[in-house]
Amino acid sequence: MSVIKAENIKLVYGAGTSFEKTALDDVSFEIEKGEFVGIIGHTGSGKSTLVQLLNGLLKPTEGKIYLNGKDIWENPKKIRNVRFKVGMVFQYPEYQLFEETVYKDIAFGPKNMGLEDDEIDEKVRQAAVFTGIREDQLDCSPFELSGGEKRRAAIAGVIAMDPEVLILDEPTAGLDPLGREALLSKIADYHKVRKNTVILVSHSMEDIARISDRILVMSKGKRIMLDTAQNVFSKGDELEKTGLRVPQITRIMMLLKEKGVNVDTSVLTVEKGFHEIMNILSQK
Amino acid sequence: MVREITLGQYMPGKSLIHKLDARTKIVLLIAYIVFIFLCKNFISLLIMSLFSLLVIFMTKISFMKYLKSLRMILFVIILTGVLNVFYGSGDVLWQWWELKITTGGLINAAFVIVRISMLMMVSSVLTYTTSPTDLTDGLERLMKPLTVFHVKVHEIAMMMTIALRFIPVLLEETDKIMNAQKARGADMESGNIIQRVKALVPVLIPLFVSAFRRAGDLATAMECRCYNGGKNRTRMKVLHFSLKDLGALISCIVIFSSVIVSNMLFAAVI
Repeated sequence: MSVIKAENIKLVYGAGTSFEKTALDDVSFEIEKGEFVGIIGHTGSGKSTLVQLLNGLLKPTEGKIYLNGKDIWENPKKIRNVRFKVGMVFQYPEYQLFEETVYKDIAFGPKNMGLEDDEIDEKVRQAAVFTGIREDQLDCSPFELSGGEKRRAAIAGVIAMDPEVLILDEPTAGLDPLGREALLSKIADYHKVRKNTVILVSHSMEDIARISDRILVMSKGKRIMLDTAQNVFSKGDELEKTGLRVPQITRIMMLLKEKGVNVDTSVLTVEKGFHEIMNILSQK
Repeated sequence: MVREITLGQYMPGKSLIHKLDARTKIVLLIAYIVFIFLCKNFISLLIMSLFSLLVIFMTKISFMKYLKSLRMILFVIILTGVLNVFYGSGDVLWQWWELKITTGGLINAAFVIVRISMLMMVSSVLTYTTSPTDLTDGLERLMKPLTVFHVKVHEIAMMMTIALRFIPVLLEETDKIMNAQKARGADMESGNIIQRVKALVPVLIPLFVSAFRRAGDLATAMECRCYNGGKNRTRMKVLHFSLKDLGALISCIVIFSSVIVSNMLFAAVI
């Protein structure tokens, strides 16, 4: 059974006012348990809105969202339970830190879940390990950390709730290349170890292509594609229509092919591209 | 959603009232407030009320918007109205224990209700038809003479402009932080008053932190562009006292003097 299922969701902002805007239009998809799904789309394509619907922060104007087969809005008073099961890391999550110590901040979510102290402690420490927060940093004020550390602490705050589905909205925005790399591999590790479902929103093709099982492409509030990375990026023309591009390395491969070099154009990462080119060179 | 609250209620338009200089509007509003309280009888009150309605009509903004502005102070209007009914002299119409309703009390109440409603609606004319930047600009120019007393007029005006400018930004920020904390299970919709206040802490602290960060960034950005206060500073939009303003000024003087004349000609009822 799919862990998340969206059925014909439509979301209209400011319905009935002069600012009325349809953010999502008839979007349906299913996400399987343990999958790593990337969501890409241009700015304003509705990807951030979409993920806020999945954990019940927004309510769809039309359509239904199912979590483990149950409509999440069946009982609006219990929506908090949905938010514990579908953890959501917002853009620039470091701006939500507020506690005196990093430890307390990470414990905010588990505490709201009403867990026992020793259970909270265990979850906080596990989450810190996953995000690479050092033991001694747990007692610091979150405002003493560096930018990248703050972000990881904030992500730990969501991971500590041990959600069945972890959603990350542009987690690497504003980080330097090394920070990006480190964070993405931490997320990939988390996915590998916990085997939980992860949804990653990004407009960086490179990031998404590398770690996603499947990719959901959004444009102007509509679902354009939902397929494996290979299949999505093989339709480069269609992607370009939505203002998106295939990863740079894939583009290089495509251009090489056009020039008559016999390379595999389904390459998505720089490492694979490197090997592909080295192979061709050694054949000569 | 917080975002949908409209603050700074400016409604762009092209009416004559919109085109008036902000300074004219501010000065005339102050004069208006004085004169609506100078009305001593029904004739003068009627003159002022008709004048107010005319101005409101001239703004070409739906009358409903003005009624909505009244809704905010409806409680005040009703309370002062009711209180005034019981204070006053004249023929006793109804009496119970110490409470008396008199003709004087009824007249008092009518005057107070009309005055407060007109005051609110005409003040709305100013905020509806003048953009916040024009408003602060106008205030700055009007307060300029105070610089003689070492009042930092330009700085005050700049602070007001910045504050107004950042209200929507901070509202949006609040919205974001609230969502982020809700996603971590913060419960802001239920519980008693103490629990609700406590639930605000996770929102307020990040909000303050980001407000200070923004203030720092803005100060740096201003310094980078060599901002150093009001001296010799020119403006993109220069306030301009035109013929229209002169016309508005003259018509107001006519109306306001007619209030004084009717006060003198007819017997005061209040």
